[in-house]
Amino acid sequence: MNPYLAGIGLGLVLLAAFVLVGRGLGATGAFNAVIAWAVSTVAPEHARNNEFIAGYLGDEGTSPLKSWLLFEVAGLFAGAMFSGLLAGRVRVTTEKGPRVSVRVRLAMAFAGGVLMAFGAALARGCTSGQALTGGALLNLGSWAFMLMVFAGAYAVAYFFRWQWR
Amino acid sequence: MAMMAPFFKYGMFGDEASLVLAFLIGIGFGFFLERAGFGSARKLVSQFYLNDLAVFKVMFTAIVTAMLGVTYLGWIGWLDLSLVYLVPTHLAPQVVGGLILGVGFVIGGYCPGTSVAATATGRLDGLIYVLGIFAGMFAFAELYPLLKGFYLSGDGVGLTIPGTFGLPYGVVVFAVVLMAVGGFYGAGLLEKKFAAPGE
Repeated sequence: MNPYLAGIGLGLVLLAAFVLVGRGLGATGAFNAVIAWAVSTVAPEHARNNEFIAGYLGDEGTSPLKSWLLFEVAGLFAGAMFSGLLAGRVRVTTEKGPRVSVRVRLAMAFAGGVLMAFGAALARGCTSGQALTGGALLNLGSWAFMLMVFAGAYAVAYFFRWQWR
Repeated sequence: MAMMAPFFKYGMFGDEASLVLAFLIGIGFGFFLERAGFGSARKLVSQFYLNDLAVFKVMFTAIVTAMLGVTYLGWIGWLDLSLVYLVPTHLAPQVVGGLILGVGFVIGGYCPGTSVAATATGRLDGLIYVLGIFAGMFAFAELYPLLKGFYLSGDGVGLTIPGTFGLPYGVVVFAVVLMAVGGFYGAGLLEKKFAAPGE
């Protein structure tokens, strides 16, 4: 799809979230909710004593899985799969350059995910919750965050070219 | 017109209905991410090698669309923008977090939302990336006592650019639109210059 059309579509979805629910889109919070659920299931005492996790637990008796962002990300999964199926783009594969083994590419993906989680946790959001949502609301911290994402990415991109060429 | 939005904050429906809406809104989110080609790490990282700037184009078109929407609906007095959740501002951790996230984006090829879209369309690297996020988030939570001081630094009030710099809201909106349009033009030039071989 033309990127500007896709952008308008995405912008209207974001606007709908603002108008209907009074919050924007996000993704990271869904991961936090699952971690909070997992830790509180395995070690409830430990979860209550960890302030970061406790922040996602809510009231006693309410499952941390009853999270707005987790439902939204479940929808994201369904919507992406629907679009992919329509376009014939769903297939089991690993995206990588020709000179990289699948094993190395998957290790890089894992490492990137770990770093991403740390960055998003520190920043209180990722490209969705901060850059996109906060960007549209002219949130000062979100704009600072967004500039730094591009700065960090461009600063190191050269050193990871080998993954793709 | 009477103020009536955000509907949820005006009590037009409850928590359960808001979760149903979350799922429906998510479908739209995922649909347009995948339509834009963002279920593919190769497409996403092309942004950082300058041969395909779709990430910038889609992101800024979406930001401008939603920004103009809330500005207009606020201006006609239909949407109370002060009731829309603003992530609290903690500049230092947001700047450092942004840098780390940018590096993670390049190394892993995705961001959290796009990794879910990639997983939904069968990308194993997307799935492994998702597992990496879980591992990283768990590690962050366990290390939180050490990181708490930095995480909470700053006053933590949701600040906006117009509010902070004492500028009229409309002026900042206009500046962002101009910047986006300039960026779209520049993006086209960069893509021509850095076109991937064989394209």
